[in-house]
Amino acid sequence: MSIILDHVSHIYNPGTTFEKRALDDISLVIPDGEFIGLIGHTGSGKSTLIQHLNGLLKPSSGNIFFNGQSIFDNDFKMKDLRREVGLVFQYPEYQLFEVSVIKDVLFGPNNLGMKTLDAEVAAYAALKSVGIDESLLDVSPLDLSGGQKRRVAIAGVLAMKPKVLVLDEPAAGLDPLGRREILDTIANIRKEQNITVILVSHSMEDVAQYVERIIVMNKGKIAMDDTPQEVYSHDEELQAMGLDIPEITRLFLRLKKEGYRLPTDVFTVDQAYEAMMK
Amino acid sequence: MLRDITIGQYYPSGSIIHRLDPRVKFAGTFVYIVSLFVFKTFWGFLPAAVWLITLVIMARIPVKYLLKGLRPMLFLLLFMAAMNLLMTPGEVIGQWWIIKVTKEGIRSAAFMSLRLALLIMGSSLMTYTTTPTALTAAMEHIFRPLKIIRVPVHELAMMMSIALRFIPILLEETDRIMKAQQARGADFESGGLIKRAKAMLPILVPLFVSAFRRAGDLAQAMEARCYHGGKGRTKLHPLKYKLRDIIAYIIMIGYLVGCIFIP
Ligand SMILES: Nc1ncnc2c1ncn2[C@@H]1O[C@H](COP(=O)(O)OP(=O)(O)OP(=O)(O)O)[C@@H](O)[C@H]1O
Ligand SMILES: [Mg+2]
Repeated sequence: MSIILDHVSHIYNPGTTFEKRALDDISLVIPDGEFIGLIGHTGSGKSTLIQHLNGLLKPSSGNIFFNGQSIFDNDFKMKDLRREVGLVFQYPEYQLFEVSVIKDVLFGPNNLGMKTLDAEVAAYAALKSVGIDESLLDVSPLDLSGGQKRRVAIAGVLAMKPKVLVLDEPAAGLDPLGRREILDTIANIRKEQNITVILVSHSMEDVAQYVERIIVMNKGKIAMDDTPQEVYSHDEELQAMGLDIPEITRLFLRLKKEGYRLPTDVFTVDQAYEAMMK
Repeated sequence: MLRDITIGQYYPSGSIIHRLDPRVKFAGTFVYIVSLFVFKTFWGFLPAAVWLITLVIMARIPVKYLLKGLRPMLFLLLFMAAMNLLMTPGEVIGQWWIIKVTKEGIRSAAFMSLRLALLIMGSSLMTYTTTPTALTAAMEHIFRPLKIIRVPVHELAMMMSIALRFIPILLEETDRIMKAQQARGADFESGGLIKRAKAMLPILVPLFVSAFRRAGDLAQAMEARCYHGGKGRTKLHPLKYKLRDIIAYIIMIGYLVGCIFIP
């Protein structure tokens, strides 16, 4: 499922005083199987951008191609797109509505018209992969903890077996352990199913160790699009955009400047430890 | 799509109309509505229409925005027009089966829908140009005498302004939830009435949960700031008439007198 954005702009409320150009001439290629981090300050247009990836929003100008087909084509099937690109919204726990966890996860697969058995298998597998215990299947989703709700909501999208998984701030508002667990879970899912994953965040620290490509957004434009290592070498520019690189990476960059022979692709304490012990 | 619902919403443009005292706008809206009901002929709408158009231009509200405000009321408008069209007795000019269309019916349908449309646009003009806070202050002021008969004027006004303030928040929330369920393959557009009603459930449940959560949060936040109702509460910006408000009142009286006496 390759996705191409061709000079995409999006304007909210055009022609009123609330007019807001949230995306400004974005061009992007998202090939199969990549693990991408989409980073940007609050209001930089991240959520707007990802809603274009499954057709929830249409560009005000520009075009989007999925597997080579334009979304403006007459025979373009939105339903197929929703099946292929799974989108987990910011604070997805607020969209749970069913009487039990398993029913809520089944909502997506049923909408896609999967057979009952297939849908159930997919739902169980999804819940397992996000680490929801079987004893919780018949509990009301409203009775779960925040972190558990988040997992159930993610499972709800995973159960649709998307080829591209887009997650908007999946770790927002969780405690450090919860953040780690959710992100590790996502990394595992991607490893097992070999799907494209786009991880939206405003924290470099969160995505650094997972992704292979970072897209930095600033005021509706793409400011950088490169490997983490390359992006982090622009520390000052990032700071000007209100973003921060991982502390440990900054330390290594500084030491390198002072003349120490150290690598700069160090994003975690573990990696730092290894690099220093060499 | 849902954001297209503009009724009751503030539209900032900083015009002179926006800066008028909210009480003036209340009175103006009242006068305008009265003027819509004093006439029985089409010509009677002319001054009201001119009045409305002048105010809209002065307030710098885009016409598109004003018409959008009509959209949620479209059903009501059509319903009223249809009722008038079919129910008015008179000179029959067309008849199919048991449906009779009379000349008077056409006239009254057009008349009533025009009046309702002017009414809706006129009253939304007030909310477009007045912040909820100012609206509350004005309402509280105008209905102050009712306090004597123990009507909780302040509380009612506060409730109304909170309700107004919550319309865009809840619309935004609905929009978000709809999108989230659409991302899970939900389909709100196709199918029969029952299927569509059922499709509302995944929106309504989270919406109610979140509305109650928000209401609880707000109540707590108000309490944390020692809100305890209207008694002894003073205002940061007390309402005070300025010269422009007095001029506005004079124009308003002129309009009303003109409407009553010119025909
Ligand atoms: N539905 C909408 N209507 C009008 N303006 C909007 C809407 N959604 C977003 N915006 C505006 O578009 C801009 C980009 O918003 P967006 O939600 O895409 O940012 P973001 O990068 O996701 O921010 P955050 O990190 O806070 O989630 C913001 O200025 C926002 O106010
Ligand atoms: Mg966002």
